[in-house]
Amino acid sequence: MPLVVEGLRYAIAGRPLLGPVDLRLDHGGITAVMGPNGAGKSVLLRLLHGLVRASSGRISWAGRALDDGIRRRQAMVFQKPVLLRRSVAANIDFALKLRAVPDIAGRRDELMRLARLDHVAQRPARVLSGGEQQRLAIVRALALEPDVLFLDEPTASLDPAATLAIEDLAKTVRDRGVKIILITHDAGQARRLADDIVFLHGGRVTEHTPATRFFERPASAEAAAFLAGKIVL
Amino acid sequence: MQDFAGAFTLAFSLLASFDADLYEIVGLSLQVTLSAVLIAALIGLPVGALIATTRFPGRGLVIVVLNTLMGLPPVVIGLLVYMALSNAGPLGVLRLLYTPGAMIIAQALLVTPIVAALSRQVIEDRHGECAELFRSMVVSWGRAIATLLWDARAALLTVALAGFGRAIAEVGAVIIVGGNINHVTRVMTTAIALETSKGDLALALALGIVLLIVAIAVNGAVSALRAGTVPASHV
Amino acid sequence: MYGLRSLGFVAVAALALASLAIGSARAGDFIIIQSTTSTQNSGLLEAILPEFTEKTGIEVRVVAVGTGQAIKNAKNGDGDVLLVHARAAEVKFVAEGWGVKRHDVMYNDFVVVGPAADPAGISGMSDAVAALKKIAAAEAPFASRGDDSGTHTKERALWDETGIDVAAASGGWYRETGSGMGATLNAGVGMGAYVLTDRATWIAFSNKGDFRVLVEGDDRLFNPYGVILVNRQKHKRVKADEGQRFIDWLTGADGQRAIAGFRLEGQQLFFPNAGGATN
Repeated sequence: MPLVVEGLRYAIAGRPLLGPVDLRLDHGGITAVMGPNGAGKSVLLRLLHGLVRASSGRISWAGRALDDGIRRRQAMVFQKPVLLRRSVAANIDFALKLRAVPDIAGRRDELMRLARLDHVAQRPARVLSGGEQQRLAIVRALALEPDVLFLDEPTASLDPAATLAIEDLAKTVRDRGVKIILITHDAGQARRLADDIVFLHGGRVTEHTPATRFFERPASAEAAAFLAGKIVL
Repeated sequence: MQDFAGAFTLAFSLLASFDADLYEIVGLSLQVTLSAVLIAALIGLPVGALIATTRFPGRGLVIVVLNTLMGLPPVVIGLLVYMALSNAGPLGVLRLLYTPGAMIIAQALLVTPIVAALSRQVIEDRHGECAELFRSMVVSWGRAIATLLWDARAALLTVALAGFGRAIAEVGAVIIVGGNINHVTRVMTTAIALETSKGDLALALALGIVLLIVAIAVNGAVSALRAGTVPASHV
Repeated sequence: MYGLRSLGFVAVAALALASLAIGSARAGDFIIIQSTTSTQNSGLLEAILPEFTEKTGIEVRVVAVGTGQAIKNAKNGDGDVLLVHARAAEVKFVAEGWGVKRHDVMYNDFVVVGPAADPAGISGMSDAVAALKKIAAAEAPFASRGDDSGTHTKERALWDETGIDVAAASGGWYRETGSGMGATLNAGVGMGAYVLTDRATWIAFSNKGDFRVLVEGDDRLFNPYGVILVNRQKHKRVKADEGQRFIDWLTGADGQRAIAGFRLEGQQLFFPNAGGATN
């Protein structure tokens, strides 16, 4: 941190999907990325995390270009969690070993308690409920000891109770000093969690404002329409 | 066909009598085929994983060839191995012809394409699910492959069983390179071929039933092993 | 890291394979005989070989295939001794330098077997050529080995004498199985076709159905077996000393007595006649 994005564009087969985007995100807190489907939210997240390569433009984290060294300081949780076909504990161990974390057993137990999964430690990860799977994916990402955590619609298919558990977990993570960049469609969630909002429309950032101001007086017409519950195309 | 009932009775009385010759033949069948499947797995799994996780020019062609090789007739493999291991062949110096080693080589050649082709499919499917996660976590290629192999272990065991089934049941390759020598290279299938040629159809059928029982035992053992390492709900 | 480990696994497996192979190849002294199915299917070799092994400590490993295949394998050096029954081919094998010398060992005879119904009416005939002519005239099914074996060679020679072009009837009443004696007998019994077989295989054969011997006793049905040491000049790995010891035993008093003593269902299957040798 800080993250600086300049003139970022992404196109597939000549068809532009995103950009140009200019953005600056500072250390700490939760940034929510909002916008209608197809606005380019997921593409933006993947570009920032280096999962896809930009067609043009520049991304720098604390002045450094995105390389594997930087990427090891980041972690991402996908909308549909990808879990390894092994136990809950072994899923976390996998990440801990990857970063050669000392005291694997102690760290793993702590993370499982954090996700309230300690009672299912030896269960196969794939038999967990949707909410449990998502919590496991989040603490497994934490096991990588990241500075930045990307969450791609982590509660998209969860019920309110499971959503609340995820949000609580996100707050705890934030309080530990991890920067969270979160995609959400849920204005209520953004209101509950976010410190600032990046609103995307048609592949461009139409506004980037502190959350309080965004919900009171959105600057862009698209964001206003979105918040008013209108269908934005 | 009173041969049927007779064959069943004979099969079980053969097993129950602990006939030393029969157990020797069964033992050699298992030794040869399990060794061949092990070698095929050690070669085929990395090859399958390599093709599943990399992109290179001609990859589609390689997959087509690999899938085609699954249908290679055992007798053709037997001939190729015979020509290689014959004293007149390039590897004659190894003195492997008409030994269990030659049979293992032939069956390993038979099974390796099966293991490679099927594991390629299994691993590629799993890789599709995990590739983005691995990239996100900055997982090295080697560790990614090891993880995929472990994650797909249930399906890969089934792949190995498919190879085992093909190898233990084939006669065309082992009879050419093994020679069906009594007490040396006689296995279940070549013994069945021999008894058939003697016109002793009941004994041949009984040996066939014994072969099935052995195959069931191996499949059952693997199934139990799998239940031990992979909970059913986890497959 | 994974690459190295899997390389290690492959290396270990290769070593295990090699040691296993060496273990089985070096286990004691042994020779390999390339022989025909009749000597194996009848149980002759299994019955007489233990005596030789006990006396000499040399194990005899028998690869039983058709005579044509046995000769090819021996030419490749994949056997130390050849024990087959197609005299002309054997003489040629020696003449071309593949074998050292051909020794007479034993003989029996060929017979024509067929269904009890005997559609060609050949039962009781002793003129094999005349019997084959009747089969052809009746277009009764005849199952041929069609595999270049000793029996097949004999059968072709008999057809040549009839002057009938069986190749033209192939697929019709003349059916080539391309298989061993046992498989051809199984096929013949299955489709009610006449078969030319050596008597030893026939007597030992269990799946006779209603088939029986219909034609026998023709001098032309004589079936001599020869034994030949594969020439070390052609393949230096041939175990000439052990092979020669086997030939000496088989054609000597002990071997000949063992052959004469082998009986199946009370019948003597092979008749020793050693003494003659063809260079």
